[in-house]
Amino acid sequence: MSEFAGVPSGPRKGGLLRVLAAMSGGVDSAVAAARAAEAGHEVTGVHLALSANPQSFRTGARGCCTIEDSRDARRAADVIGIPFYVWDLAERFREDVVEDFVTEYAAGRTPNPCLRCNEKIKFAALLDKALALGFDAVCTGHYARIVTRDDGSRELHRADDHAKDQSYVLGVLDERQLAHAMFPLGDTHTTKDEIRGEAERRGLAVARKPDSHDICFIADGDTQGFLAKRLGTAEGDIVDESGRRLGTHTGAYGFTVGQRKGLRLGVPAPDGKPRFVLDISPVNNTVTVGPAEALEVIALTGIKPRWCGEPPAGPGSYTAQLRAHGDDVPVTAELVSDELRVRFEEPVRGVAPGQAVVLYDGSRVVGSATIASTQRARDTASAGSGA
Amino acid sequence: MAYLDHAATTPMLPEAVQAMTVQLAVTGNASSLHAAGRQARRTVEEAREALAQAIGARPSEVVFTSGGTESDNLAIKGLYWSRRAADPARTRVLASRVEHHAVLDAVQWLADHEGAHVDWLPVDAYGRVHPDALREAIARNPADVALATVMWANNEVGTVVPIRELADVAAEFDVPLHSDAVQAFGQLEVSFAGSGLDAMTVTGHKIGGPYGVGALLLRRDATPVPLLHGGGQERDVRSGTLDVPAIAAFATAATLAAERRADFAREVGALRDDLIAKIRQAVPDAVLNGDPAPDGRLPANAHFSFPGCEGDSLLLLLDAQGIECSTGSACTAGVAQPSHVLLAMGAESDRARGSLRFSLGHTSTQGDVDELAKAIGPVVTRARAAGLS
Repeated sequence: MSEFAGVPSGPRKGGLLRVLAAMSGGVDSAVAAARAAEAGHEVTGVHLALSANPQSFRTGARGCCTIEDSRDARRAADVIGIPFYVWDLAERFREDVVEDFVTEYAAGRTPNPCLRCNEKIKFAALLDKALALGFDAVCTGHYARIVTRDDGSRELHRADDHAKDQSYVLGVLDERQLAHAMFPLGDTHTTKDEIRGEAERRGLAVARKPDSHDICFIADGDTQGFLAKRLGTAEGDIVDESGRRLGTHTGAYGFTVGQRKGLRLGVPAPDGKPRFVLDISPVNNTVTVGPAEALEVIALTGIKPRWCGEPPAGPGSYTAQLRAHGDDVPVTAELVSDELRVRFEEPVRGVAPGQAVVLYDGSRVVGSATIASTQRARDTASAGSGA
Repeated sequence: MAYLDHAATTPMLPEAVQAMTVQLAVTGNASSLHAAGRQARRTVEEAREALAQAIGARPSEVVFTSGGTESDNLAIKGLYWSRRAADPARTRVLASRVEHHAVLDAVQWLADHEGAHVDWLPVDAYGRVHPDALREAIARNPADVALATVMWANNEVGTVVPIRELADVAAEFDVPLHSDAVQAFGQLEVSFAGSGLDAMTVTGHKIGGPYGVGALLLRRDATPVPLLHGGGQERDVRSGTLDVPAIAAFATAATLAAERRADFAREVGALRDDLIAKIRQAVPDAVLNGDPAPDGRLPANAHFSFPGCEGDSLLLLLDAQGIECSTGSACTAGVAQPSHVLLAMGAESDRARGSLRFSLGHTSTQGDVDELAKAIGPVVTRARAAGLS
């Protein structure tokens, strides 16, 4: 029996913690919770109900997928032998993640809702509530490592298995959030197959559950359909860099900078090369396309920076990741007032405003910012100006 | 450990366990014609008589079902269909807003799929439906009413309604009245004959009987269209092989519940009063929901709102100390939602979210109450710090 209600919170003997494990119903978070419990921590599982179904007469009713996930999480908690609850964070999720998602797309940017969810829900709303209730940490199934320095402060590092590394979507966590985070899957060199094997050995039925890749609040995976429903459709032009009209679309928000597929342009480019989305202008509902070279970006400006520890003092050499599962590229970065200025050593392609730029020092996450604007390599060459 | 959730389910009485286990070892389909079948049939009919005796009904008025939810559905959908079949104008259903989901959702289903028009009967600040409200709703057009349904005592806040007076109003207009008496039976004096009801739901596991068995008390002249078609075992209103062990155990529990009711109500009522006093002492701003008058609510029920707290925070913290209670009825307990009962009573959403139901039963002790009294103050303080998300 727990004793934590009514007594001051804080680590128990031997560094053992009272841990709230966020359990999505997937295999990763189930194994993470199991590992935390096995390590001797006092673990409580919680499934976050994130999508309300306002059409239903029964206000508690959820979409079928969510109910199934919730049941899977509950079964996993049973097998692990930990208490389990469902918490309704649908309202917070709607405000901080779904509405942000729609607003960003409407503004011609490409948001990353998983990152936003980690920043605002899992390691904010959930963490705050957990701490207030007497827990010490929130545990998730993310693949990332936390390293505790000698002075007790903590660093976020890429997972050992770089293919599964999810430090990018955790790059928004600040030091305080990190201080109460626990990622049992990033600490050891385990592949996804091994995690599934481990789940099987532990008797967790989610061992064979397929990975979820889609955005959790768009159950059918049709992001365009979701956005069309929310933002309506409005025909606009697809133009080339000179402004020549090449085709039409039904909503500029449906495009991402760097996108090649789905442009449905009847006329091939004069040079026969594929064309890519270069720019999205929601104001006049216009999408500009052009050749791959035109996508090359030499610098970017990030806003709303967040740091896992000390911000960089002056210009420094780092690597940067610009999207989930994106490459790590060498950069020089500098914080100028509240803007992060990043210069790439080599031009990079397909940098979409709205996505996060996460800075790394080796495997360590330094911090992140939201990409606000980019500087094209070609513009720089012709204008000869710096970042 | 303190189990304070008897309204969700209460431990089986040893006598009921005994009755059930004896029957589990006996073979016989109550519909078979041979000796084994006749023996099973005899057990069922004895149980029917015992239940009828315990609940003030005639044996022929007992329809065994799988429990409260089925009984509610059979009464509501079945009576709606039969009344509408007899007169297509009768499509109006009257129901209170504080019903259990087994009633609420059945009524709403009729509205969504069967062309029913629902008049939701208002309740007062204690969750009580007044006879005038029923009269007014029926009088709007007595000719188009299919049925009315009002629960005898509320499963969340415990408020008791004046069921006899409501039945008199319904009878004046020849409108069939159903009542979900799942919580009332065993705590209040419940007599089907005395109630004037046309149909009444009871279930086994709330009175010390097994899960999965219940009954719909049904006047002989009430002929709902069946939900389950088949062998027509129960008055042609309900089909399915009779669950002899469960029925025997249910009747045993019902008999004991009726016999012990007055003493139980007095003793558990005193314990409940002590629980209320101690919570108020520990948390002075806690709000008692439902009728504060001891005879206006179920003797085993206490229901509080704790301002500034989330119900699920309170539940988690108490659960961690081995104190088990509920944020609402168990059916909505997967996800914390503002209670529809409290909202119907006019409570603010925050008050509805930060509420807990403590319900006592035949195994409750002073120790249970004292354990809660000791824990609730610090728990509320901590839950308040966590706030409302």
